[in-house]
Amino acid sequence: MSEVLDSYPQLLRGAWVTVQLTVCGAALALVLALLFGLAGASRHAWVRGLNRVYVEFFRGTATLVLLYWFFYALPLVGVRIDSTMVAAVLALGLNVGAYGAEVVRGSLKAVPAAQYEATVALNFSPYQRMRRVVLPQGFALMLPPFGNLLIELMKGTAIVYTVGLADLARVSKDVQGSTGETVAVFSVIPVLYFVIAQVLLLFVRYAERRVDRMLGRRPSRGPSLGTIAAGAPGTEAAG
Amino acid sequence: MEWDWQYSSDVLPDLLRGLRYTLTATLLGYVIAVTLGLVWALLRRTPNVVVAQAVRWATEFIRCTPLIPQLFFVYYVLPAWGLTIGSLTAGIITLGVHYSTYTAEVYRAGIADVPRGQWEAATALNLPRSRVWLDVILPQAVRRVIPTLGNYLIAMFKDSPLLLVINVTELLNTAYREGAESLRFLEPITMVGLLFVLISVPASIFVRRLEKRYAAH
Amino acid sequence: MPPTDTEPGSPTADPRVCEAPGVRFEKVVKRFGSTTVLRELDFTVAPGERVTLIGPSGSGKTTILRLLMTLERPDGGLIWVGDDTLWHMERGGGRVPANQKHLHEMRKRIGMVFQQFNLFPNMNVLRNLTEGPMRVLGLPKDEAVERARGLLDMVGLADRIDAHPSRLSGGQQQRVAIARALAMEPKVLLLDEVTSALDPELVVGVQDLLRDIARESDLTLLCVTHEMTFAKDISDRVMMFDQGQIVEEGPPEQIFGEPSEQRTRDFLQAVLAS
Repeated sequence: MSEVLDSYPQLLRGAWVTVQLTVCGAALALVLALLFGLAGASRHAWVRGLNRVYVEFFRGTATLVLLYWFFYALPLVGVRIDSTMVAAVLALGLNVGAYGAEVVRGSLKAVPAAQYEATVALNFSPYQRMRRVVLPQGFALMLPPFGNLLIELMKGTAIVYTVGLADLARVSKDVQGSTGETVAVFSVIPVLYFVIAQVLLLFVRYAERRVDRMLGRRPSRGPSLGTIAAGAPGTEAAG
Repeated sequence: MEWDWQYSSDVLPDLLRGLRYTLTATLLGYVIAVTLGLVWALLRRTPNVVVAQAVRWATEFIRCTPLIPQLFFVYYVLPAWGLTIGSLTAGIITLGVHYSTYTAEVYRAGIADVPRGQWEAATALNLPRSRVWLDVILPQAVRRVIPTLGNYLIAMFKDSPLLLVINVTELLNTAYREGAESLRFLEPITMVGLLFVLISVPASIFVRRLEKRYAAH
Repeated sequence: MPPTDTEPGSPTADPRVCEAPGVRFEKVVKRFGSTTVLRELDFTVAPGERVTLIGPSGSGKTTILRLLMTLERPDGGLIWVGDDTLWHMERGGGRVPANQKHLHEMRKRIGMVFQQFNLFPNMNVLRNLTEGPMRVLGLPKDEAVERARGLLDMVGLADRIDAHPSRLSGGQQQRVAIARALAMEPKVLLLDEVTSALDPELVVGVQDLLRDIARESDLTLLCVTHEMTFAKDISDRVMMFDQGQIVEEGPPEQIFGEPSEQRTRDFLQAVLAS
């Protein structure tokens, strides 16, 4: 056990790679989710079609297969992604972004029609309606499933192990190799992931409380079937 | 680099053999996930606070950690404790237990969704505890959660390539080996990607149909 | 002291010999969080007596029925059903809180019809009616089915025996729920605002049915309702509640005709105005 603890600089570096992948992947996923989520709520059928193609395709592929494809197949057709990190962030962001887009679309749809009617009565422009009324309310609905997706993304980062990026999973294998402490390493690593997850969840809860206060709502208790379904890999958003 | 059709058709039989492993792992893992998940959900409702809290934190822990370290744990640590299992078995168990923590949440929400009046009517009829669960609550809860559970089958299918980290020769692993041998990765890996899309997209459309049908009730 | 030893609460109580148990509340306290719904409530319902509980919402009347059905646990006092306490059992000369077995025994005497019907949506009408008799009373299937047929005949829904609850109107669902409660042959029947969730045109059918049941059976009946005419028809006695206390009680003619308390007059006026 002590040998494992002695290799803490390595473990910390691995954890840092995992955190970096999570944050960058989440940033990309958020942008894609908003972009394609709004597209899914569009009045134009072809824009909605864009949303469908993106969502169905990237939810349908396994992240690891996508990563392998970026890593092994794409260079052969002349597209070279130089950094493994970039390839991993792309694979994770594109995949989680697809789930996020469904969350955004579902949440916007779940804002009561009366709110929309009120904005028409007040003669808001479509942009104002979205920016001032629909998005802020939809955002509160998005946050809990977004929190679930963030954890999914963090867990997803472990796939970079297979392409040699020195994240927490890779480091665990290396330390196991150098120390031979199989039981200790492979027991400590899940705990480190769990700690990262709990820290991420703290941020999510904080954001949820902020938004709930902004809308003057009481924080909701346990998740309903709807929110679980929305955050589940491969599902529609609530709404 | 041109797409080589001859090579593609040569590797296809091997890929389909890999797909068999992928599907086996997914389906057997799913059986574990849907049964064990129900066990967790019911244990979380026992009056015994220690058991309920232990289950709660254990499932939370498993749900918040990635599959790959869990696969390492099951495949490398359990033998150190004298429990040696093959890689495919280890993969199936890990997938199943991992996803059981998700299905547990689904069942939990489904049970909570059954109106309180149903519990009260069961009490008023003086039904014994076991009958309340078996005849009244679970049939209603399970009906509500079937579409959501279906989504997890698809999710597990898409997570099954991770089993390659413990050397299960599932679909992606097979493709990788083919590629490494011939130094042509484009065809096998692209085909694997297409196979995944070809299976999971229709499956998720089917599940959404299910959702609509059950929601209509 | 069992309630059968006490004076029947009303002079109009049916004098015929009756095997139904009476009900007695003895200093019953019920709190929800910091609000006290019932404070040391005392009252008695004689065997076979039919009592209607009226009063503004939050006055504790539904809580009384829910305590009797063991859906809520009292915070103090004793509830008697017949010669036994509902929430306590005799142990070595003293009284200890009831265990599940005792509650199970006691619930055999009591049935309840809910405001929202609470039929089991995963069972058809017949299963709803046979589930209890088969699983709890241990009736063989054919007997349970026969009993169910008889009751469905009585509530006028014999032709809907295979229907799914969601295919029935609210009034039909409530009639099935009444039949379901009666299939367990309770001695005390609790009716909790059984017509409040019904569309106005469906109320009469359910009320007529309950009138017949009240007339032809010797059940002890506790009924919470806002329908004053209905209350007048089925009850021997009316109890007016406010803030967990009985404001006044008496025969329906007296309570509805010449109430002596101002709070009762205010309440009746408000109900009639609505």
